[in-house]
Amino acid sequence: MELQMEDSVLVKQYVDGDEKALEVLINRHNQKISSFIYSKVLDKDITEDIFQDTFIKVIKTLKKGSYSEEGKFLPWVMRIAHNLIIDHFRKNKRMPKFEGSEDFNIFSVIKDDKLNAEKQLIKDQIDSDLSLLIEELPEDQKKVLIMRIYKDMSFKEISENTGVSINTALGRMRYALINLRKIVDRNNIVLTN
Amino acid sequence: MEKIYSEEDVCKLHKSSPETIKFLLDYSKSLQVVEYKKFTFEQHLN
Repeated sequence: MELQMEDSVLVKQYVDGDEKALEVLINRHNQKISSFIYSKVLDKDITEDIFQDTFIKVIKTLKKGSYSEEGKFLPWVMRIAHNLIIDHFRKNKRMPKFEGSEDFNIFSVIKDDKLNAEKQLIKDQIDSDLSLLIEELPEDQKKVLIMRIYKDMSFKEISENTGVSINTALGRMRYALINLRKIVDRNNIVLTN
Repeated sequence: MEKIYSEEDVCKLHKSSPETIKFLLDYSKSLQVVEYKKFTFEQHLN
């Protein structure tokens, strides 16, 4: 006959540094706790999440030595799980979830403006290449281009800032773009996303 | 006859996956709680 060690003994062993004791405790109560959570949330993934969060709290409390053993390990863990289930429903109430149906998917109407990871990488690369190219421009053209493109200043503001007329600022911007194109062509650089 | 039982199988037995358990065990191994004076610090060792 296999002797089953009491939860309280395993808890003590775990607190004393025996990680194996935790494994025994988790496996022993896995089904009870998971089934309890599942009976409330009716979703396998959410059950896994809450189960995980429950034991993270258990681990932290035990390691901090804040758990007082009264021979009630399982009811204590169940109480933590119960509180997390309540938190889950509260959170969902504050942020109602709309998942659409088979014939209507909300994501076909609402688009995410962000680029995907690959496009973002390409964009970052282009931005960094472009900043190197801008460094090649004559100082006066570079100044105007940076103010216009990166600082979003108007040509009036640029002219006030650089002490030249609006027409000169416009001309410098034009030459900056022409020169940039020349550098791009000369070096066969591809700047497209 | 009127259906009086729930359509959802709330009594279904469920078990968390071995991956979740492995995560918890690894988490536990990596977590160290250090106490210094009145403060308690949690640190994760990789």
